Amino acid sequence: MIKHTLVALVEDKPGVLNEMASLFRRRGFNIESIAVGHSEVPHLSRMTIVVNGANTVVEQVRKQLDKLIDVVKVSDITGDDIVSRELALIKVKTTPTSRSEIIEMVDIFRANIVDVGADSVTIEVTGDEDKVNSLLSLLRGFGIREITRTGSIAMTRGGVAPPSTEKKSPKTKER
Amino acid sequence: MVCESLVKEGVEVIFGILGGALLPLYDTLPHYPQLRHILVRHEQGAAHAADGYARATGKVGVCLATSGPGASNLVTGIANAHLDSVPIVAITGQVARPFIGKDAFQEIDITGITLPITKHNYLVLEAASLPRTFKEAFYLARTGRPGPVLIDLPRDVQIDQAEFHYPSKLNLPSYKPTLQGHPAQVKKAAKLINESQRPVIIAGRGIIISSAYAELKELVEKAQIPVVTTLLGISCFPESHALSYGMIGMHGMAYANFAVDGADLIIAIGMRFDDRATAKVSAFAPHAQVIHIDIDPAEIGKNVRVDVPIVGDAKDVLQKLNKQVVSARHLDWVRQLDDWRRKHPSLVIRDSQGLLPQYVIRQIYEVTKGEAIIVTGVGQNQMWAAQHYYYDKPNSFISSGGLGTMGFELPAAFGAKIGRPDDTVWCIAGDGGFQMTIQELATVVQEKAAVKIAIMDNGFLGMVRQWQELFYRKRYVATPLSGPDFVKIAEAYGLPGLMVKRKEEVVPAIQKAMAEPGPFLVDFKIEPEENVYPMVPPGAALSEVIEEPKQEAKKAKVAADSAKLPVSNI
Repeated sequence: MIKHTLVALVEDKPGVLNEMASLFRRRGFNIESIAVGHSEVPHLSRMTIVVNGANTVVEQVRKQLDKLIDVVKVSDITGDDIVSRELALIKVKTTPTSRSEIIEMVDIFRANIVDVGADSVTIEVTGDEDKVNSLLSLLRGFGIREITRTGSIAMTRGGVAPPSTEKKSPKTKER
Repeated sequence: MVCESLVKEGVEVIFGILGGALLPLYDTLPHYPQLRHILVRHEQGAAHAADGYARATGKVGVCLATSGPGASNLVTGIANAHLDSVPIVAITGQVARPFIGKDAFQEIDITGITLPITKHNYLVLEAASLPRTFKEAFYLARTGRPGPVLIDLPRDVQIDQAEFHYPSKLNLPSYKPTLQGHPAQVKKAAKLINESQRPVIIAGRGIIISSAYAELKELVEKAQIPVVTTLLGISCFPESHALSYGMIGMHGMAYANFAVDGADLIIAIGMRFDDRATAKVSAFAPHAQVIHIDIDPAEIGKNVRVDVPIVGDAKDVLQKLNKQVVSARHLDWVRQLDDWRRKHPSLVIRDSQGLLPQYVIRQIYEVTKGEAIIVTGVGQNQMWAAQHYYYDKPNSFISSGGLGTMGFELPAAFGAKIGRPDDTVWCIAGDGGFQMTIQELATVVQEKAAVKIAIMDNGFLGMVRQWQELFYRKRYVATPLSGPDFVKIAEAYGLPGLMVKRKEEVVPAIQKAMAEPGPFLVDFKIEPEENVYPMVPPGAALSEVIEEPKQEAKKAKVAADSAKLPVSNI
């Protein structure tokens, strides 16, 4: 079981998300995250889906997704040289003493404080999944009130050629 | 607009049942005499009839059902068509747009329900998009890997006016089925074939769908490659051909299964390595490299590891392949297969005072001279019909393979007869499955469709009983089945029938059925606990086939008897 990142170009129509999700449901896959938005082509959306699964099964699901009439193309970019980003909003409990420490941490992670309350701050952080997880684990000690994450969005680096099947250099991490 | 679109698509027959949500559409039907509407008695019957019609003719079958229960009754039939890649367009009524999503009377989310069992489906929300939707639906249903497409029509959309403009072009940017086999892959495949010592072709329904009969025959004869088929591949290659070794799989011929087991190369064409065909996958064709030709890339490598995949239409790929395959003999290999066929004849019918179903099927073959279209139910009757009738005529075997839908037989046979009125159509049923769609007898009679019905009546859900006998210590839980008097039922519906209990009555009954201009039913009271053999037990490998135990003692006699298959010149 490894984590797969699939990128799909799909028609911007009702029911497409349902059709795609349904194929994962049929295999009992839990979708870790799914993010959808408009693409560079009018009427087409791009989706980033992250799932855990065995290679052969994910490849089978990928082919079945590709078969859907409203799906233009699906690529498994796991192991490719990709850029992936996730946005998270984290509401952390604060005390007068902890606040400055939290702000310092936010600076190190190049995150932002987007809201301040009497006993909490809300932090906006962008980065790949590992970065978001690292910040989260550091903040956990202060007490976390609420987390909202968008799930990863991803694309391959460099030219526009479709992602190759060859494994390239491990994914670059940024802090 | 709907009827105009159907006419544009060349539709001739529609199987359906109306209801409130379809009243506006049905009201326009009389203006289109070229569209023959056939009223069935249950929507499942409409879907199966469209399915049988589509398989028999190669055209798209159309069925129509109203909203709610009408639509949900289609579901089994749609799933059946989906698993066997049959092109049908199912049109359902839906409640008017303002009522959708409000649990209105007879509302059901049929596009949601049929999502995983259709190739594609549509909920039409404006009349102006009807022509484009129908154009796309028919195109999707019949092209690439065919399949069912559903169109859900809200009642008020049927009433709305819009300008009718049937598009000449389609706009489906994401749908481009690969029809042409990739030349490099074809080259690799040809090389493997040319180097192979023990090749076997496994031919599936893809040959029938793509009408690649001649191309398959050319490959077989040029390189002298033995052919076996899947259940749905039956009648894609003449069974009397010297290089035809029948069906593989759970109830396939022992020698066909041995052939796959012993092969050094499997050339799988238009088939999808179904578990009933492969038996234990890990032990499938253990010595063979595999070439898989299929139009659906998602089938490649799904169940069986493939060495050379070729995505494309069977006809195109075979044409290309035939140019590169060199003539060969494979004499030793063919001799080995013939030897297996002699030692494990699989199709010999033992002497019995009782009425054996195998004998009945064989006599139907004899009387119809192999010219009939056989439409089967699911279970023992299906396997006996697959085994004991010899299929030389292309596309003459129609059966529910993937879904295994009991009750398919009667409506599908009816649909086949409507599509091919000049052919003799025999419906081979079991007494269990027949009772699942028995109401379609009324449709058969109303439409004067000359379907000949043979019920293999053993008073059991026979295939399940066979499993209980073999694997559940003969505990016959819920398999004994009391049926009605089928002849009286037939008479009540208005068709003649006969009950047959003795062997000597079989041929006269079949002849009488054939002589009758209209439909006819024969209730064959067969040996109740007759089993289907050969059989590969569930979980076993193809090579671990069980042959008929009653047969074992007689093997010596049987061997002498084995020249039963008429062998044509090649």
